[in-house]
Amino acid sequence: MFVRKKSFSGMKEIVNKLNWKRILAALLLISCGSTGLFASDGTPVDSGATAWMLTSTALVLLMIPGLAMFYGGLVRSKNVLGTIMHSFVAMGIISVLWVIAGYSMCFGKNVMGGWCGWSNDFFFLKGIDSNIMDSHVPEYVFSMFQGKFAIITPALIAGAFAERVSFKAYCIFIALWSLLVYNPLCHWVWASDGFLYNLGAKGAIDFAGGTVVHISAGISGLVAALYLGSRRGYPYQVIRPNNLVITMLGAGLLWVGWFGFNAGSSVSSGLSTAQALTATQVAAASGALSWILIESFHQGKATALGFASGILAGLVAVTPAAGVVQPYGAMVLGLLASLGCYASIQLKNRFRYDDSLDAFGIHGTGGIIGAIFLTFFIRSQWMADARSAAGGHWTILNQLGVQALAVTIAIAYAAVMTLGIIYFLNKMMKFKSTEDDEMAGLDRAYHGERGYGMLNPS
Amino acid sequence: MKLITAIIREVQLDKVREALITAEITRITVSRVSGHGQQRIEEMYRGQRIVPDLIPKIKIEIAVNEAFVDITVDAILKSARTTEGEEGNVGDGKIFITPLEECIRIRTGERGGSAI
Repeated sequence: MFVRKKSFSGMKEIVNKLNWKRILAALLLISCGSTGLFASDGTPVDSGATAWMLTSTALVLLMIPGLAMFYGGLVRSKNVLGTIMHSFVAMGIISVLWVIAGYSMCFGKNVMGGWCGWSNDFFFLKGIDSNIMDSHVPEYVFSMFQGKFAIITPALIAGAFAERVSFKAYCIFIALWSLLVYNPLCHWVWASDGFLYNLGAKGAIDFAGGTVVHISAGISGLVAALYLGSRRGYPYQVIRPNNLVITMLGAGLLWVGWFGFNAGSSVSSGLSTAQALTATQVAAASGALSWILIESFHQGKATALGFASGILAGLVAVTPAAGVVQPYGAMVLGLLASLGCYASIQLKNRFRYDDSLDAFGIHGTGGIIGAIFLTFFIRSQWMADARSAAGGHWTILNQLGVQALAVTIAIAYAAVMTLGIIYFLNKMMKFKSTEDDEMAGLDRAYHGERGYGMLNPS
Repeated sequence: MKLITAIIREVQLDKVREALITAEITRITVSRVSGHGQQRIEEMYRGQRIVPDLIPKIKIEIAVNEAFVDITVDAILKSARTTEGEEGNVGDGKIFITPLEECIRIRTGERGGSAI
């Protein structure tokens, strides 16, 4: 086993050093003449990168039950299954939509003046059956990896209007939101012909979804929470979490899954993967520590939920930045994110709007902080590349302008479209639960089940 | 002194609690219990409708002085019924009133009506 491993890594080294034709020959040797590793156009599969991307895809999927547990523990016991289902049902709805149209809308060629993409080849993914991308990863893997981002984003919004929406209306909402908000935004930011991807010298920096995922979900959540109004009894009735234990486990799963989310976004298995992975770990840790320190000064106690919130704040803030910041930058971003998100939640309590599980407080605020402040910690290599791309002159301030513009566009677009979708949806059916359903709890009203046996009401 | 024990539907807890608070009855004990009266409910389990033998209910216990007995009972009656108007539905629950021999506040050791 050891000998084989050694010879394999030796082979990899050789592969890196040799020229293109020899790489092909070497790979042919490895595959012993099998043609299964090659696409019709002859692009070879990099099995290392593909293996990591497959792992990342699974890790990002793991974040969705993680989110379900995180949110599920924070609501009252009568809503635990309904809240968990908000995340789980997204795995069903968005996966199906993604294969039919989502991937095409995100990564197809510009249509409708660049509002979204479309390629008939991607419709039902029928044209990518044997595609190997330029990154030497089968396109199926990339498509499934990106599909997981599309799943988790609408599921994040559910935290803003937890405990008070009809299940049927929620399902339609996330389907429409995914098609009309997520897919266009994703196309703008990540498709090679998207306009934010090409903004400025080297594009708006959004490594793994600060604008696409967190700002869009956070802002949409805020808009939805304001439009739908608060839960019955909020803020005068104290509404406590039913089970912080599953919330903590959920936060842990999210942290683990985030390695796929960020490090997988390099779509490779190499240096940039390692950089993103390191930044992710550092920001999560510094965010969590900062939060409990802030809390200790402010309230006198370091809470478990605070630690979990700090993990999330740090991870959210480093999401757009993971590809460009060094560890010290990630550490500062984690600290800034916890400061910002903590303040944002204090403001929520002051203004008394019901962003129930702080989808905006953490994802919106943390995403904005990450996308803006990452500018000050970009590694010099990236800036040098940007300077040469811009023809000699590109400063941090230039990039700050690009970041601010991208953030503003994401905020404005997500806010306006979400408002439109909810307004339209409310014409067809009632988005918000009836008072009776809300009192009975989502579990009973929409699912006919109960989460716990004999747990005391909270 | 009386001990008022009400067995109500889980879903009515919020309303009953609000009605009691409006009537200035704030000292209560709430627990989750299972029981069997006249009511049958259906739940779903993997595509089958099932009828549990014991139905989950909420038990509210309130110790009151004589003057508050009627106020408390009225508040519960009004809020625990699932249909507005005269008569509710099977399963809305029951109220039991039992005489309370003594009430002692642990903190001070005081006894009787003032300790309630």
